[in-house]
Amino acid sequence: MDSDLNAMAGNAAMTPEHIAGEEPGPGPGASGGWGRLRPAMRWESGLVVVVIVIAIMGSALSPEFLTANNFFNLGLNTGEIAIMALPMALIIISGEIDLSVESTLGMSSAVLGVLWADHWPMLAIFAVVAVVGVLAGAVNGLLVTRVGLPSLAVTIGTLALYRGIALILLGPRTVANFPAFYTNAGTTAIPHTDLPWSIGIFIVLAVIFAIVLHATPFGRSIYAMGDNAEAATFAGLRVKRVKTSLFVISGLASALAGVLYTFRLNTAVQDNGTGLSLDVVAIVLLAGVSIFGGKGSIGGVFLAVLAFAGLQNALLLTNFNQEATGLVTGGLLLISVFVPNAAMFVRYLRQAARRATRRLPSEPALSMPRRDT
Amino acid sequence: MRAFLRRAPLAASTLVVASALAVAACSSSGSATSSSSSSPSGSGSGSATAKTGLKVFVIPKNLGNPYFTTADSKGTGGALAAISAAGDTGTETSGTAATSASQIPAIQAAITKGANALIVSATDPTALCPTLNGAMKRKITVVTYDSDAPTCRSLFINQASTSAIGTSEVDLLAKEIGDSGEIGIVSAAASATNQNAWIGYMKQELTKYPKMKLVATVYGNDDPATATQVTQGLLEQYPNIKGIISPTTVGILAAAGVLDTAKYRGKVQLTGLGTPDSMKKYVSDGTVKAFELWNPANLGYLAGYAAADIAGGSLKVAQGATFKAGKLGTFTIGADNTVLLGPPTVFTTANINNFNF
Repeated sequence: MDSDLNAMAGNAAMTPEHIAGEEPGPGPGASGGWGRLRPAMRWESGLVVVVIVIAIMGSALSPEFLTANNFFNLGLNTGEIAIMALPMALIIISGEIDLSVESTLGMSSAVLGVLWADHWPMLAIFAVVAVVGVLAGAVNGLLVTRVGLPSLAVTIGTLALYRGIALILLGPRTVANFPAFYTNAGTTAIPHTDLPWSIGIFIVLAVIFAIVLHATPFGRSIYAMGDNAEAATFAGLRVKRVKTSLFVISGLASALAGVLYTFRLNTAVQDNGTGLSLDVVAIVLLAGVSIFGGKGSIGGVFLAVLAFAGLQNALLLTNFNQEATGLVTGGLLLISVFVPNAAMFVRYLRQAARRATRRLPSEPALSMPRRDT
Repeated sequence: MRAFLRRAPLAASTLVVASALAVAACSSSGSATSSSSSSPSGSGSGSATAKTGLKVFVIPKNLGNPYFTTADSKGTGGALAAISAAGDTGTETSGTAATSASQIPAIQAAITKGANALIVSATDPTALCPTLNGAMKRKITVVTYDSDAPTCRSLFINQASTSAIGTSEVDLLAKEIGDSGEIGIVSAAASATNQNAWIGYMKQELTKYPKMKLVATVYGNDDPATATQVTQGLLEQYPNIKGIISPTTVGILAAAGVLDTAKYRGKVQLTGLGTPDSMKKYVSDGTVKAFELWNPANLGYLAGYAAADIAGGSLKVAQGATFKAGKLGTFTIGADNTVLLGPPTVFTTANINNFNF
């Protein structure tokens, strides 16, 4: 019994592949980046259905749901979260997590505000903010890979640390006199479209991230180290270097999100972005990225952004008790983690039941039945 | 079974979303919506020619804040009661955190839903203005209450003059600590317009008390846990502190909780803005001697009437224009298109039991 439990725990990271492996036909031969998409596709087709269901129910509950103007609003309020979800997906696939993204956003926003208040030229400020993002990510990455601390602990620490830096930099000040050229970009659509700029940036980044993750050796190595970091190291992959670079990319993306957030609200204040990390992680898990690492796709992230934004917006338009939106975010998060493992658990129960019935007539109860292969 | 398992993620996730939306559909009937049908007789004097049946959205800084619940609810005689009495349909909506990022989507949703008037307490005027200006361009009446957004609204309902709040709280505290000693301020969010304006007048008033020294202003973000934490920090960092002013109902309640021990009771005085119901315990046990507040339900009620009258066409916003706000009587629009509710009420052991909000 113990050995079965262990097997279950060990397999939890690669549930759907394992189920797929049981079936007749082509085995898990394709182990490259695109091959790994195959099991993920099943989750994604589920997400497509979810998005369609949200669209249908949203428009049934509120006639304004499927209007261009509403889509613009919906995108505007989701852009920064969506951008931060891309590197977060890579980090979670690699077997780590970055909970500090909301504070990196806040710190970048504070730097932007302080330097603008000190009359720096905007392009120089962008350069400094980018450096801040890179440094924030590098601190996370180096503490995780070189010092060997768990990323959960490290990024909870920097979640508080970077917010603290934002508070020291800005104090009670609010910087709000940003040039209209930038703040307009934060609240208007890309010309000739209904897409906010932040969503446009997200789409471009999503394409780049998809190519990098699914079609380059770098991307494939992220899956390998998420499956088994030790094996990846023995196979000659630069696990530490790759993971550090993922944290740096996350820091940079969060800094970009910080700039967009500041211009959208025309406000640099120390609590900008508080609470967004949970939304980002929720989207990534809803995308089918395994919290245990080694599984997920950018296509899933794209669909999860649509589902998440659509659901939140539908809840707003239907006079849903807003105090309860936390239930929805939290529930989505739990279910995204639970469903793959629930399938695993049911399979385990079924095997146990099969063994039990087979055992009854002949085998003595004490002996351990051999696992089916 | 195997087929089910293969589709388990799909089926389960679809189920989840479907049930979430079903909950949303059901709860919309239970949300804070009040319709006009209940009280046809209560319409104000000016509404003879006014359009009725309008959609008015009340958008406080955040939901779950007792102050705004009192200001907005129908049961307390707040904004929704006035909107209903004026013959319109009122709905309260907002985000859950008192930040612009959380409030803006609610404003956008109200506009999308075809609002005729918005009654808004601005979390952050600069952040809200593009959205509120967009609303005004669509001929939606924008009335602010509690916290103003001066450049993007028709009318502001001012709960009390900024200077009166700031100066009177310093005077209250000065009386309690004998005009001398270190004092601190427990504020809400660092970016809150009204908080910073009051604190500005407090600093000005403090120049009249040379022996009183403001040592720190800390920010509890209108979150009980944060406010408790920053109050404790303030007391530890400045052990000689004699008094605390907290011009926020969440802050003063948290601070009173911290001071309600033998170590501090009677030694550190506390005043500020609080609701009588929440502070009764601390006034009766001597932790707090006096604090003040306007009646938030009256504030919401006045805002509700003003918004309904402007959107209905019976009130043109201009300095000197007057309108009748039901049970509260007649009000006059003052400079900068602002209406003043009246002077704040000071609550002490003598009168606190006469109030119920």
